[in-house]
Amino acid sequence: MDYIANNVDLILAALGQHVVLAIVPVILGVIIALPLGYLAVRYRWLYHPLINVSGLLYAIPSLALFVVLPGIIGTRILSPINIIAALTIYTVALMVRVVANGLNSVDPTITQAASAMGYRRVRRLFGVELPIALPVILAGLRVAAVSNVSLVSVGALIGVGGLGALFTRGLQLGYIDPIIVGIVLSVLLAVLCDVIIVLVQRQLTPWSRIGGRS
Amino acid sequence: MITFDGVRKVFPDGTVAVDNLDLELPTGKITVFVGPSGCGKTTSLRMINRMIEPTSGRILIDGDDVTSQDDALLRRRIGYVIQHAGLFPHRTIAENIATVPHLNGVNKKKARAVALELMDRVGLDESMADRYPVQLSGGQQQRVGVARALAADPPVMLMDEPFSAVDPIVREVLQAEFLRIQGELGKTIALVTHDIDEAIKIGDMVAVFRQGGHLAQFATPQELLERPANDFVADFVGRDRGFRSLSFDTAAALEVDDLFSVATGGEVLVLDGAGHPHGWTGPGLGSTSNPTPLGGTFVTGDSLRLVTDLAISSPVGIAVRVDETGRADGVLRHDSLVRQLNARRRRRAEAESTS
Amino acid sequence: MSTTQETPYLFDPANWEFGAAGSIPSFIVTHLYYTGLALAIAILIAVPVGLYIGHTGRLAFVAINAGNAGRALPTLGLVSLLVTMFGLGLIPALIALVILAIPPILTSTYAGLRAVDRAAVDAAKGMGMRELGILLRVEIPMALPLIISGLRSAALQVVATATVAAYVGLGGLGRLLVDGLALNQYDRVVAGAVVVAVLAIVIDLVAEGIQRLVVSPGISGRALTRPSKSFPTVSPTQPRAGTASAG
Repeated sequence: MDYIANNVDLILAALGQHVVLAIVPVILGVIIALPLGYLAVRYRWLYHPLINVSGLLYAIPSLALFVVLPGIIGTRILSPINIIAALTIYTVALMVRVVANGLNSVDPTITQAASAMGYRRVRRLFGVELPIALPVILAGLRVAAVSNVSLVSVGALIGVGGLGALFTRGLQLGYIDPIIVGIVLSVLLAVLCDVIIVLVQRQLTPWSRIGGRS
Repeated sequence: MITFDGVRKVFPDGTVAVDNLDLELPTGKITVFVGPSGCGKTTSLRMINRMIEPTSGRILIDGDDVTSQDDALLRRRIGYVIQHAGLFPHRTIAENIATVPHLNGVNKKKARAVALELMDRVGLDESMADRYPVQLSGGQQQRVGVARALAADPPVMLMDEPFSAVDPIVREVLQAEFLRIQGELGKTIALVTHDIDEAIKIGDMVAVFRQGGHLAQFATPQELLERPANDFVADFVGRDRGFRSLSFDTAAALEVDDLFSVATGGEVLVLDGAGHPHGWTGPGLGSTSNPTPLGGTFVTGDSLRLVTDLAISSPVGIAVRVDETGRADGVLRHDSLVRQLNARRRRRAEAESTS
Repeated sequence: MSTTQETPYLFDPANWEFGAAGSIPSFIVTHLYYTGLALAIAILIAVPVGLYIGHTGRLAFVAINAGNAGRALPTLGLVSLLVTMFGLGLIPALIALVILAIPPILTSTYAGLRAVDRAAVDAAKGMGMRELGILLRVEIPMALPLIISGLRSAALQVVATATVAAYVGLGGLGRLLVDGLALNQYDRVVAGAVVVAVLAIVIDLVAEGIQRLVVSPGISGRALTRPSKSFPTVSPTQPRAGTASAG
């Protein structure tokens, strides 16, 4: 397509922004969700409040969150921080539940066996519970990463949306090519993120693929 | 020796799980805690390695109060085996077994050597070392669980329903191997089960618990069957305890009849040229060339229970005794057996009343 | 649509006049209309297909991958593509909404049926139930928690996408956002965002209520008397958490 050849710089810039806007929230979100998820399991009274608030945050449409954040955190409406903050909120909302469920899914007889053999709490968390919860956590991470990649483009409606800029441009020009390029690149990026996480999972959890368990 | 000294456990909801327990578990022996569910047997076991803290009273291991030690370090010196093995699904078999050496800072190579040696001891092939628990059968997983508990060579082992999750045939094999390993190692073992037959089979001493955390009786298996302390124990050990108590005596004292005395009943024992019994012939039985099978024979070292079973299940009501070479050397009719067992019981009762 | 300097858009009574064109209630009604219409069409397509795949096990890869594919598809891109191809109007936008609502319903219907205890199906067969009876009286009731959570995700997805579709002229609450941005009226934008967020949350809660009403207590776990043991055990592969509701 001529469109690609004539707009390489523009497409690459949009792609670059898209990657940053999608990936940074995933990393921030996981860093925040891990301790929150652990707390939800450790202190049972925290579980329902945390999970319910997460569920409500996750229900908020992305465009609504994008546009109200500047008023709440005091950023400019065109700041990329709005998108990053909003997507971080979604990632946390999803991953708190995932981390909590992952840790809850660890058979209590196994954690008790660990304690009975002389594991202390912190070492048990990192040596036994988190590794066993990892397949569940990484499965959730795949969902979060793929969702983030596709959500970024909505940000184009407030001026910062990575590949979303190609969609608004195509609409304004009544021209289908940039839209197709944007969709294809966005989907490819989502698939790439998914594949990377799957490969990481295979490396980290060889035991989960054996014996027909997932 | 593990000593329970006035141990009481009340849970936050007010349930009294263990009530004023005094108990001494002998060193190098297997003590079984048995009782119905909710009797406090598991709670008592778990207080030994401080998975549960007693409300009052003390627990001593060789005179040292368990609460005087760091709980994690205490547990690394006490082997622990549970019902479904509780293996770590994310670690290989060798890594699972090496858990406690690893926690204690033993280097990887040495820990693995220990693991391989223990796999051999519990009857697992070395080729399984790098497999994961999901790839093993329930019985194999339980062997790994035992090996893992043995890895730091702890003097004390706690076992919570270790054989309950496997089918009866595998259970018998595991019990037998467990007794063989214990014969070699002589650990001080506390084992919880709800199965009175298992308790009698493997316990050197048996502590029968009843609801509310009371100790109903603490005795050897034989004493438990022959002289239950109260109705609860008598009921719990079951109605056929008289028959099961026959397991503890051998057939050595039994008087048998001469082989040729049999003919009076019409049935004839068929022997081959070497004197080995082949079966029965006579009215309603097989021919000399194709006799009715015996169903088994006994030697003087077998238990009275086996002999009784043979006599009852024999097609002619007669158990056949053989010598070490397998030659028939005597027969025992069921009526003669019953007479001898009655006489034995009378002698015991007299001995007890005079002592 | 008069806004005074003192009263923010959201709190101006003039904007809440019921029935008036361009009032917040009328936007809500329009938004719900699009959402309901798109959801109904998506259910008519996705539920039968999901039931067929789940019951027979044929074409399973379609159902398994539908959720992932739907999640990876950028909503704004899809809306832009359909409008550029077919022009402005309700139909292209509606098609986009339906396309995005199908994957969560399809995947969760399939997953729900697959998660049904095989022993229960076996028992139903053993008691002489026919295929249709098994599906209607055993499999669907047992799969209902997952099916409804898929519908919940789809509803949220549609509410969110309908907001975005205001950019290509669709009515509903998205108008407040898009027009507010274009006119540089931030209070109008906030009004739209708040109302649509509340609407989404209310829909989520209503769906949860329906789930409680419809699902047998024996399946939802509510029949268990001990509350401490009735931890929700939603895995991330389940559509409730597994489908992006924000779009």
